[in-house]
Amino acid sequence: MKFGVVIFPGSNCDHDMIYVLKKIMNQEVVELWHKNTDLQGCNFIVLPGGFSYGDYLRSGAIARFSPIMEKVIEFANNGGYVMGICNGFQILVEAKLLPGTLTANKNHQFICKNTYIIPHESKSAITRNLNKNEALKIPIAHGEGRYYADHETIKQLQANNQILFSYCDMEGKITPEANPNGSTSNIAGICNEGRNVFGMMPHPERAADPTLGNIDGKLIFNSIIKTLE
Amino acid sequence: MNTKHAVTVDNAKEIGLLPKEFEKIKEILGRTPNYTELSIFSVMWSEHASYKNSIKWLKTLPRTGKQLVVEAGQENAGMVDVGDGIACVFKIESHNHPCAVEPYQGAATGVGGINRDIFTMGARPIAQLNSLRFGNIDMDRTKWLVNGVVKGIANYGNAFGVPVVGGEVFFDDCYYQNPLVNAMSVGLMKTENLVSAVSKGIGNPVYIVGSATGKDGIHGATFASADITEDSADDIPSIQVGDPFQEKLLLEATLEVIKSKAVIGMQDMGAAGIICSTSEMSEKGGCGMKVNLDKVPLRQKNMEPFEILLSESQERMLIVVEKGKESIVEAIFEKWDLNCAIIGEVTEGDRLHFYMHDELVADVPASYLVLGGGAPIYEREYKEPKYYKETKNFNINSIPETQDLKAITKHLAGHPNIASKRWVYEQYDSMVGTKNMTTNAPSDAAIVNIKGTKRALAITTDCNSRYVYSDPEIGTEIAVAEAARNISCSGGKPLAITNCLNFGNPYNPEVFWQFVGAIKGMSNACKKFDTPVTGGNVSFYNQASIDGTIEPVHPTPTIGMIGLLEKEHQMTLDFKKKGDIIYLIGSSKNDINSSEYLYSYHNIKLSPPPQFDLNEEYVLQAVIQKLIRLGMLESAHDVSDGGLFVTLLESAMPNSLGFDILTESDIREDAFLFGESQSRVVVTINQEKEDEFIDFMVKIKFPFSVIGHTTKGKIVVDDQHFGMVDEYKTLYDNAIGNKMKH
Repeated sequence: MKFGVVIFPGSNCDHDMIYVLKKIMNQEVVELWHKNTDLQGCNFIVLPGGFSYGDYLRSGAIARFSPIMEKVIEFANNGGYVMGICNGFQILVEAKLLPGTLTANKNHQFICKNTYIIPHESKSAITRNLNKNEALKIPIAHGEGRYYADHETIKQLQANNQILFSYCDMEGKITPEANPNGSTSNIAGICNEGRNVFGMMPHPERAADPTLGNIDGKLIFNSIIKTLE
Repeated sequence: MNTKHAVTVDNAKEIGLLPKEFEKIKEILGRTPNYTELSIFSVMWSEHASYKNSIKWLKTLPRTGKQLVVEAGQENAGMVDVGDGIACVFKIESHNHPCAVEPYQGAATGVGGINRDIFTMGARPIAQLNSLRFGNIDMDRTKWLVNGVVKGIANYGNAFGVPVVGGEVFFDDCYYQNPLVNAMSVGLMKTENLVSAVSKGIGNPVYIVGSATGKDGIHGATFASADITEDSADDIPSIQVGDPFQEKLLLEATLEVIKSKAVIGMQDMGAAGIICSTSEMSEKGGCGMKVNLDKVPLRQKNMEPFEILLSESQERMLIVVEKGKESIVEAIFEKWDLNCAIIGEVTEGDRLHFYMHDELVADVPASYLVLGGGAPIYEREYKEPKYYKETKNFNINSIPETQDLKAITKHLAGHPNIASKRWVYEQYDSMVGTKNMTTNAPSDAAIVNIKGTKRALAITTDCNSRYVYSDPEIGTEIAVAEAARNISCSGGKPLAITNCLNFGNPYNPEVFWQFVGAIKGMSNACKKFDTPVTGGNVSFYNQASIDGTIEPVHPTPTIGMIGLLEKEHQMTLDFKKKGDIIYLIGSSKNDINSSEYLYSYHNIKLSPPPQFDLNEEYVLQAVIQKLIRLGMLESAHDVSDGGLFVTLLESAMPNSLGFDILTESDIREDAFLFGESQSRVVVTINQEKEDEFIDFMVKIKFPFSVIGHTTKGKIVVDDQHFGMVDEYKTLYDNAIGNKMKH
């Protein structure tokens, strides 16, 4: 597997992602600069978290027009694997590679804390090898992470098993109290119909280094690598 | 020479200079300055930039140690060796006055400024802390300030991408008009990559990089050196505006340009803008500089020369580049889409010549502008205030011995000074960078991983300003001791400090008495712990002026301390399982002095500081460090604000465990549970290790006592059931959030 991590001006989780993929997961990783248009033969592209281009217009709204994104969109449309975390998820939604939108958190504040998410049977690489009855402790850190889509779209996501993760309590129960940001149906992450484009607000790369006392995120990377290798 | 603005002593006074300072300027120049030059002296000789009233005392602080890579005051921030060729660069700074009138931008630019101090030296910031003090949280003004300051720190720091790993939030009426906002940044670098704030090499080009220059923050340093009054809102043009996206680009571009080895020297532009950076760098290198102000990229039209020189527009750096390497530097800033303009060159001599369209607009000697050069140094009078003797009138017997203890525990657990600061810190990204080792393992100090080594940093900010008010010398000793204790209890060893000295008007002898006492206390404690002072800042004029009466804030010398630990010795504060034995290391005393309990439950505002002995404290910390290294402890948490009960509660809550304890018969119950006498640590011991622990403690002859054991969730004191831990947790977790909602 060759991973490519895109670096936009304002990305700030790019090096955390590279660290985890390289040092913890022992994968080959290259940096993809936003002004370039060469994906360097990567078979899995990651859009990391951060505040691309300052996120001054709307989160992810400017990044989708960058030169590298033109290629990433083309790559995804041809079935290539693309994963967006946090700001990366926002960019994928802006680029219409994933349905719905991410709006300001219900309490209108930035929220950074550990949350629990439960994986669903999505038939995708990202959740395939995860225990569907066990909540994962994965932190969030965002101001605009409240997933919203109209009723019709949500129904479709459910019918097609496109919901990857839902916010839940420690025991895995999906409750309103366990929803940190007011996302529709507690949605924390989704994939496209083709199951090659993934987006999630929680940060698995922040829960993969044993030094930090939580390696639930490593299970997610393991699932991807095990499925695709 | 531009003499458009003929100036008088009245002009000098208007921009904060004293008449005798105006005379001195005329003497230095051998003529009357023009308005541009007068403005230059006004900002460079302001308290904020020159430390003119504090430097004499600051020089008495211990500032050397083998752990230091650079001595205090030599560079923009302190620099300490942490092994493996890695240095830690750190500093704390205030942004109090801007926050008093515009909390959001005030706090945001405070965060921006302190981080630039770190990366201008070549270090990548890896952690931030902030120490915040506000008035009564029930007041609308306080809520407005808390909301604005927290959002300002969050929006700037989160986008910049450096985690907030710790800090303090404290509420007291004395900060109602003049909040304190102290921001600390900590960075890591390879020691060999240090870039000095120096200008040298005749003919080398001088660049300004980063954001364009606008009219924001003109005379900001002077504004920071004046009393905050009801009219301060009129000074809003003195406030700068922050752009974290530009700062993030500037960080990456700066670190990249340093790697290219094309840089001679660099300094960020903060207080007093271009004039400060050009004069300080030139003075340090013993050179002069010719600067064409019309070459500075501007954001606004029609800017006067003095405005360009003094502008405190954010996210800018001044770089002296080795001649011939211009294209390397320009390509890097081009890559990051940042301005990069040559504005002048290094010259012989020590004069700074500023031109505007080929016209000389200012001609000043660099050395006379800066601290350590010709900037004025004053000795201020000081005198013991009346209240100091009155503190000693307090007698514990005036407080009834028998009380509803449970009610007091609820008062404290829900008090904003004790309760969880979750409402604040959850708005900060505390995990970006994947180095914060305390997210899932809480401890007294924040622990930050130094990747690729066996070590981690332990970082904390501390100051109980009520203790300092009661007795500046002892109170400040306690502030240093508590910071060190937090590091010791986390498994680390204290290394060095940075300080942020927040006081009232230095021309008030009673305020200056507090300042002198604080410096003496800091010296005593820093010598004892071998934690030299590496730098920091002084913020005077923190006071309220209401209807003509001036009340200074409590003297608040915030201590930012860093320590080092072997990761295998990381210690946490949370109880691990039921049935562990709880011990108190140190001795209980009949002391409720200056406790939150006495202050807010009994409303007694004047009492001496809690009992404290520096030698005893030193031994306590050595004992704790040893116990941790021997692997005897399950948890360690120091006794501080709120006393022993709050300490136990804080250890109990993370894993929803309780505790069952007995008070000591010869100590008053309230003193035992809520007193804040110092030099005490609560530890838990696995039953299997208890004998070994007792043997060790007996052998070293340090006071310790068993106080109880951990439970499944019940909280019991002297066989009286106080409730379940989760009831307390709900109260503790939501107290501040609930206040902020109303």
